[in-house]
Amino acid sequence: MRLRHLQIGLWVAAIAAMIIFAGTRWATRSEGVAENSPAFTPVFTLADEEGRIRTSAEFRGKFLLVFFGFTNCPDVCPTTLSDVAQVMDDLGADAEKVQPLFVSIDPERDRRLGLAAYTAAFHPAILGLAGTETETQAAADSFKIFYERENDAASPDGYSMAHSPGLFLIGPDGEWLRQFTYGTPPAEILSDLQTRF
Amino acid sequence: MKHLLLAATLSLTASAALACETVTLGDLSVEHGWSKVTIGAGRPGVFYVSISNVGATDDALVGISTPAAGMPMLHETVVKDGVASMPHAMSIPVPAGQSVQLSPGGYHGMLMGLTAALKEGDSFPVTLSFEKAGEVTVNVEVLSLRAEGPDCADAGQ
Repeated sequence: MRLRHLQIGLWVAAIAAMIIFAGTRWATRSEGVAENSPAFTPVFTLADEEGRIRTSAEFRGKFLLVFFGFTNCPDVCPTTLSDVAQVMDDLGADAEKVQPLFVSIDPERDRRLGLAAYTAAFHPAILGLAGTETETQAAADSFKIFYERENDAASPDGYSMAHSPGLFLIGPDGEWLRQFTYGTPPAEILSDLQTRF
Repeated sequence: MKHLLLAATLSLTASAALACETVTLGDLSVEHGWSKVTIGAGRPGVFYVSISNVGATDDALVGISTPAAGMPMLHETVVKDGVASMPHAMSIPVPAGQSVQLSPGGYHGMLMGLTAALKEGDSFPVTLSFEKAGEVTVNVEVLSLRAEGPDCADAGQ
């Protein structure tokens, strides 16, 4: 009888531990990627505006400012890309040390609408990438970011995309350095970059 | 006909202070209607505006319409747990004695089915429908992609 109580007690403890573990895992996930998360090297293989395959490896030696978005997005994406454009202008001669990337999370539609005209409207330095669904998911997983298609009758073509709106900074060795959360003023991004050159 | 009307509207492009006009409707005043350049006509435009309610009765913005777009809708950008989404807003509260902004990163009008790409310096009318006060039309000014809002400092009201 006592043994049975002990058994039940152990089960309760085990389940409680599982719940706490799951809870902390979930909490970490939902915060997105913390600024002080352990170093990792995100990778991608995605087609550019002209259909050429570009990989993370070819950008070694440069800082990357990476934004995941979609061109049908009227509010968050234009705001962030405008901020990136401002940073690129303000960098002056240091601009060559930084490559801004726009990774489409809605690649099929964005290729159809035209990716080159979109990125160029913000800044000629911004390179647009739009891979296959599989390649895009792999890139997002590697950057530890989230995106999801949401059906919405009140959006173009009946859907919109939910996504992590941060701007991600990758170092010249390919290592993750930090994210700038949505709405970080361009001046702050600029001064952060300037401390790293 | 619709295109002709739109062309006529766009050709009436006025001074840069257009977005700084204040239009009143009962206790509501509506100002700073602005939009951003679009890259082609196939992608939605955006509509931002300021509304203030000096009355004692709560009201709400329940819809927008414009000759510039076939399907204008109200949306809200929500960033929750590190993920941005853009749900459709059925109505935007305009409580008594308060003002509400449709501005980047929050509530905004999404102009789908544009009749033409929006170019810097263009202007077009948007009619706002309020639950109680009824309808009012404001002129919306198209600003550059990098604009953060109209500069009304020297508008002299």
